[in-house]
Amino acid sequence: MADSAERTLLQASGVSMRLGRLQLLEQVSLAVTEGEIVTVIGPNGAGKTTLLRILLGLLPASSGRVVKRPRLRIGYLPQRLTVDPVLPLSVTRMMTLTAAHPRKQIVSSLEETGVAHLIDEPVQVLSGGEFQRMMLARTLLGNPELLVLDEPVQGVDYMGEAKLYELIGRIRDRHGCGVLMVSHDLHVVMASTDRVVCLNRHVCCEGQPEEVSRHPEYLRLFGLESGTALAVYTHHHDHTHHLSGAVHLEQPHAETTTREPS
Amino acid sequence: MILDDFFWRSLLAGAGVALVAGPLGCFVVWRRMAYFGDTMAHSSLLGVALGFLLGIDLMLGVFAVALVVALLLFAFQRQRQLASDAVLGTLSHASLSLGMLVISLMTWVRVDLMSYLFGDILAVDVKDLLWIYGGGGVALGVLLWIWRPLLAVTVDEALAQAEGIPTLRLQLVFMLLIAGLIALAMKIVGILLITSLLIIPATAARRYSRTPEQMAMGAALVGVASVGLGLTTSLHFDTPSGPSIVVAAVLFFLCSVVPLPRSS
Repeated sequence: MADSAERTLLQASGVSMRLGRLQLLEQVSLAVTEGEIVTVIGPNGAGKTTLLRILLGLLPASSGRVVKRPRLRIGYLPQRLTVDPVLPLSVTRMMTLTAAHPRKQIVSSLEETGVAHLIDEPVQVLSGGEFQRMMLARTLLGNPELLVLDEPVQGVDYMGEAKLYELIGRIRDRHGCGVLMVSHDLHVVMASTDRVVCLNRHVCCEGQPEEVSRHPEYLRLFGLESGTALAVYTHHHDHTHHLSGAVHLEQPHAETTTREPS
Repeated sequence: MILDDFFWRSLLAGAGVALVAGPLGCFVVWRRMAYFGDTMAHSSLLGVALGFLLGIDLMLGVFAVALVVALLLFAFQRQRQLASDAVLGTLSHASLSLGMLVISLMTWVRVDLMSYLFGDILAVDVKDLLWIYGGGGVALGVLLWIWRPLLAVTVDEALAQAEGIPTLRLQLVFMLLIAGLIALAMKIVGILLITSLLIIPATAARRYSRTPEQMAMGAALVGVASVGLGLTTSLHFDTPSGPSIVVAAVLFFLCSVVPLPRSS
């Protein structure tokens, strides 16, 4: 148990987010450990990006706790980034937007994601896949322990999607970093992730991809045919639903297992 | 002495403002804030009125009002995703009209409205020059100081914030700079044309720039050249100086969009 706490990079417990009368997130708990790929899937408006922003500390949660390993180095790839054509920006400049890095390091990061040949191009000429690969290379510059990727395959064609997920897997293998991804697509991402968290304002179900893909909540959420894949599901459910659909937790104040910075 | 000649005084004043407006204008263009800047500028007529009413320096009145309007707009935009160009359009013309009304009601002051709307560069005095070069120098210094983080915020706010940049503070400082420039530039091109000094040189410089810094320097140069060409034209053909400067800038812009002959 102590060992798994040591390896925990980030742990969220009972995170809720309310904006006016809108409940964006309700009692979401989630953890990422070293070398683990966790994918949050869910329909549009499920609160995926809000959750990431809270985990990154960009947005204060209404309640709940996020504990990160002290001095955790995070590489972040935000959602839907487009650079206006009126801003002349090269790939190198994009890589050094917030901090200077030696060119050698920039080249090797870009090489790792397969776009080193584009280093001096304006970012506007990059295709969707090339752009995301550049952004991925950018996250590697700070030697991250955790990658936080918000829809990393957005704007990438279907063939490129699988390759990009493979690349993310290889990066994890090489750097040993944890990966927390958000995605709304189902099939491609399932093959390249260790754990799936199915989010629809609250965590509907979570577990290994095979389990989740058979889970009735998951099937219902995405309107999939359930007859074909119905099977016994093995993971533990920690909540029940009221008739209104609101979540009732068995342990509303579950304690975290994360090591506290003392 | 060179400063005794009104033409050289105006040229120096215009060049000073253009040198600041160029780099600052690049950010206005990159951040798609042209209409935002326009609204701030239009509201400054209210600042003129306020200046007369309270008997304070007009530049100070303009600066204060432009800043308040900017902060209001900023808070409004952050709070909810309203169709913000409709809000800008409303506020822009509301404040302009309100300023006109207040000025017209102040029967005890005689105000040459045209000089505030379209500038009165030929009336620039040495005190104005000191303000432009002192204030403009400070503004450029601050811009240089926040250049890299402001560029990061411009590319993507969430990314910049995640990488430890105080995005809110930077945007406030940026609006402070724009408000300052509006106060300095009012006499040069007038309230109605200030945004053109921000936007047109920046846009004209885009095509020949490969980096943000090249574009900023290009915009400053185009701005200075526009002031030179505009004032010379104004002197020779007795045209109003503010609009002449803007038309000169548009000419430079048009030159930049004409397709180049293919090399080799």
